[in-house]
Amino acid sequence: MEFAELIKTPRVDGVVLHRPFMPTVEGTLCLTGHHLILSSRQDNTEELWLLHSNIDSIEKRFVGSLGTIIVKCKDLRVIQLDIPGMEECLNIASSIEALSTLDSVSLMYPFFYRPMFEVIEDGWNSFLPEDAFKDLESMTDEWRLSDVNKDFSVCPSYPPLVAVPKDIDDDTLRKAATFRHSGRFPVLSYYHKKNGMVMMRSGQPLTGTNGRRCKEDEKLINATLRPGKRGYIIDTRTINVAQQAKARGGGFESEANYPQWRRIHKALERYEHLLNLFDISFDVVISSMDRWLSKLEASSWQTHVKEILTTACLAAQCIDREGASVLVHGTEGTDSTLQVTSLAQIILDPACRTIRGFQGLVEREWLQAGHPFQQRCAQSAYSNSKPRQESPVFLLFLDCVWQILRQFPCSFEFSESFLVLLFEHAYASQFGTFLGNSTAERLSLPEKTVSLWSWVNRPQELERLTNPLYEANSLVIWPSVAPQSLLLWEGVFLRWNRSSRCLDEAYEEMVHIIEYNKELQNKVNSLRRQLAQLETEDPLLQTP
Amino acid sequence: EEHGQGYTSVEQVRLLDRFSNKSTNGTLYLTATHLIFVESSSNNSTSILHHHIASVEKLSLTTTGCPLVIQCRNFRVVHFVVQRERDCHDIYSSLLRLLRPVSYEELYAFSYNPKQNDQQREEGWQLIDLGAEFERMGVPCDQWQLTDVNRDYKVCETYPRDLYVPITASKPIIVGSSKFRSKGRFPVLTYFYQEKKAAVCRCSQPLSGFSARCLEDESLLQAISKANHNSRFVYVMDTRPKLNALANRAAGKGYENEDNYSNIRFQFVGIENIHVMRTSLQKLLEVIGTRSLNMSDYLVGLESSGWLRHIKAVVDAAIFLTKAVTVEGASVLVHCSDGWDRTAQVCSLGALLMDPYYRTMKGFMVLIEKDWISFGHKFADRCDQLDGDPKEVSPIFTQFLECVWQLTEQFPQAFEFSEWFLLQIHEHVHSCQYGNFLGNNQRQREELQLRERTHSLWAFLMSEKQNYLNPFYSPAYSEVHPVLAPSTLPYNFKFWRNMYHQFDRSMHPRQSILKAILTLRDNSRNAESTLQALESVTAPPAWCDPHRDL
Repeated sequence: MEFAELIKTPRVDGVVLHRPFMPTVEGTLCLTGHHLILSSRQDNTEELWLLHSNIDSIEKRFVGSLGTIIVKCKDLRVIQLDIPGMEECLNIASSIEALSTLDSVSLMYPFFYRPMFEVIEDGWNSFLPEDAFKDLESMTDEWRLSDVNKDFSVCPSYPPLVAVPKDIDDDTLRKAATFRHSGRFPVLSYYHKKNGMVMMRSGQPLTGTNGRRCKEDEKLINATLRPGKRGYIIDTRTINVAQQAKARGGGFESEANYPQWRRIHKALERYEHLLNLFDISFDVVISSMDRWLSKLEASSWQTHVKEILTTACLAAQCIDREGASVLVHGTEGTDSTLQVTSLAQIILDPACRTIRGFQGLVEREWLQAGHPFQQRCAQSAYSNSKPRQESPVFLLFLDCVWQILRQFPCSFEFSESFLVLLFEHAYASQFGTFLGNSTAERLSLPEKTVSLWSWVNRPQELERLTNPLYEANSLVIWPSVAPQSLLLWEGVFLRWNRSSRCLDEAYEEMVHIIEYNKELQNKVNSLRRQLAQLETEDPLLQTP
Repeated sequence: EEHGQGYTSVEQVRLLDRFSNKSTNGTLYLTATHLIFVESSSNNSTSILHHHIASVEKLSLTTTGCPLVIQCRNFRVVHFVVQRERDCHDIYSSLLRLLRPVSYEELYAFSYNPKQNDQQREEGWQLIDLGAEFERMGVPCDQWQLTDVNRDYKVCETYPRDLYVPITASKPIIVGSSKFRSKGRFPVLTYFYQEKKAAVCRCSQPLSGFSARCLEDESLLQAISKANHNSRFVYVMDTRPKLNALANRAAGKGYENEDNYSNIRFQFVGIENIHVMRTSLQKLLEVIGTRSLNMSDYLVGLESSGWLRHIKAVVDAAIFLTKAVTVEGASVLVHCSDGWDRTAQVCSLGALLMDPYYRTMKGFMVLIEKDWISFGHKFADRCDQLDGDPKEVSPIFTQFLECVWQLTEQFPQAFEFSEWFLLQIHEHVHSCQYGNFLGNNQRQREELQLRERTHSLWAFLMSEKQNYLNPFYSPAYSEVHPVLAPSTLPYNFKFWRNMYHQFDRSMHPRQSILKAILTLRDNSRNAESTLQALESVTAPPAWCDPHRDL
């Protein structure tokens, strides 16, 4: 298919762009296959380059022959384009609509994008399961890497290689997979070096109404327990929801069949119920305090942030404080399960708080673990169409990380901007990383697209994403989950609707203070060395 | 530490954490001034000034002992469990006696001795000079003069002795106006915006009832208007909700009738009264004191307490004032009912927005000294210093500090001080350890001879200045932005966790950017001096410099 067919009017002159807190720009609007571009053709004025895939919805308005298109983006930005001429406006609007809702993955921008930067390290090879397993091997010999899923037939949403207990053979895994939702049998998610406890994740067990059991599944998860020890199963659903799942063939682990496990139910919302939560940014212009607070309450976004963090703390507590192993699952094991397992690792494992470690975490616990990014991120908060599989599950996770980052501002190597960047690229990107829903669907991407990590892992980008306050902290970090300690993530929800100049300037001042300190320390050190040198050369300077 | 002679102690007391199931064992000591809990395992101690205690409650006996809950004015809440009921009762009744002082002489400030001699104490009190402050603003000048009409507190006993009025306002006009104003608080100058020669004046409500008028009062407002050539009128800001002002008319009070004052523009701004504010804070504290509070109840509670709405109302009013003065160049007269609560809030916050000086540490002290202490905000009544009428207690000054905090969040580079400065001031407004905030007005303070018998908080804070500095402060910022224009969209108003949960350690971030940066600054300072010392050693001596002219 040719994009040209979809572009009814490729360019219009005299278009005026309005953005909150920025001067209006008048210029020429151009539509390409993947971008909406507005250029004033003057030096020093910012141009607008917007990916069509970033557009969530548009609205048209007409006053006389002047048309206005309101473009609402997935990154929550809202811009207004005034277009002279009714026909041009209609053409532009329908072109944008068509180009921003292309169904075919192969037409997406990552397949057309050619990097303008030098790739130092190919991100597609940066976080391979076999490399992660090497780290594990250096700590314990109780696990092995199984290729039971090498052709994706056991579990379509798992990667070809997964870590499982050493004593469990592939046949047992195959049988256990038939007993778990979408074949998602329990696999290793995290090994806690300090005490050898582990966190596993899976889909729900398919017990059904007649209480089906699976000896292999029981054997598999019991193999992770030390003799005489009990483990915890954290079911992200309430007991009621889990009960109801039985009628649809799902269910939960019964005490009778899993006597060594204690089950705890939490109330994390399933992905379907989340999309309508994050329209908070619509309402920043509300002028009444009461209406703002009740709107914030009604959206219940903050409630979910608190619940997810609480559940992640619980999992981390079981492992670190109780010295017990943990299995986490909800229904599919691809959404709330991953929120919990990945956040627990942020709390427990200092390595996940580095830039590279966090990339690894996103790779392992989200991309390779089969979070269906393409389905979840097809629409964002402003979409008018009925949601199908869309849900801001990943954004909720990033928000939770931001909350911990705020509480431990010196313990993360990356700054808030890295989290915002991941949010943007999960929804619309020139890179292939977040395309597709599973490793199986991404098989051809390394040849045809560029990885986001290739771009991020270059010195100039890393510098931009680095937290200047970072000092490696080897401790477990326990965040406060009291509502008084949690804040609205302004960097995402208010990003386009506030002037952040004062805050940015203060941030620069902070960086300046830190850099000045480093510079001084370096000078002091070099002078000290110089002095030591002088002392050895000139005996007169030496103390007798 | 010495806390006076003679104390009682009770062993085997448990201190329960408010929000978790943690508890610590220790010994409770009751001295003449403090209640002290010393942990047996670590020797850490928690020390509570009697004056900080707002209420003590003895709950019914449990199997583990007798619970004693103490709520403090600095929002500390402690929950003790005393093993023997008799011990608990003894502490309880002693505290009840101690926390209701009946005379000022019983307050801590009169016995507190920081080991300073008389001269040092004297110097401490001289740190803030309001005469010099008016001079800094450019007053007296050709339009404004110092009047001695209140030299003996005869015209208005809750005003300071030194007052500034338009040069055209004669004594009979002033005296006449004062008789037409609640508590005699006639319109006087509190801030002068030199650039536009616009004045911020304050007073109490007029005794207008439904129809009464007063020619002298009208002349005084005329004089205020005439003193400013930039504007043909004066804004009169009644900071009350219109309904309240209307209701006051039935009691012979009320607001200015625009028909009688030809040169005014009248405006209500709708800040609620002290009773609404007191109830609002109580509701807020109730909500945030709930254990295992969920997000929804928190947000609903935050909303229904109305606390942030009230904070926003004060900031909105201050912005209105600031715009009128700095943009329109108009003079503004601010009042409420008695002109010592809402009026103080709006005038001081407005001045803080207009004048960078008040955003420095010293300037902020001056501002509080001027708009709050000297103009008779009733600290004794509002902060419940003596056993008084509970209906007079209200967190008006706390609200002011919170408004300032909200601004520091929006303008991180505009303030010389950090929030710890605000918190420390709040602490001492209630501690009664220093003389500054004792009593309700200057006349009373003179009678109590506070300058001779107590110490000044400002000197103490100045001596600890390093602890309260904001590392992001940039004087250059204020040169570019002398007037602050904050946004008052609701999302800008946040819950001030460090104030209302200051003592609940589990609530706070485990690391603080502020502390990290302050430490770095200290390191840099040390490195600078090390560098100097090293350079002097490593630099070649002058005689081996080949370029030296011999």
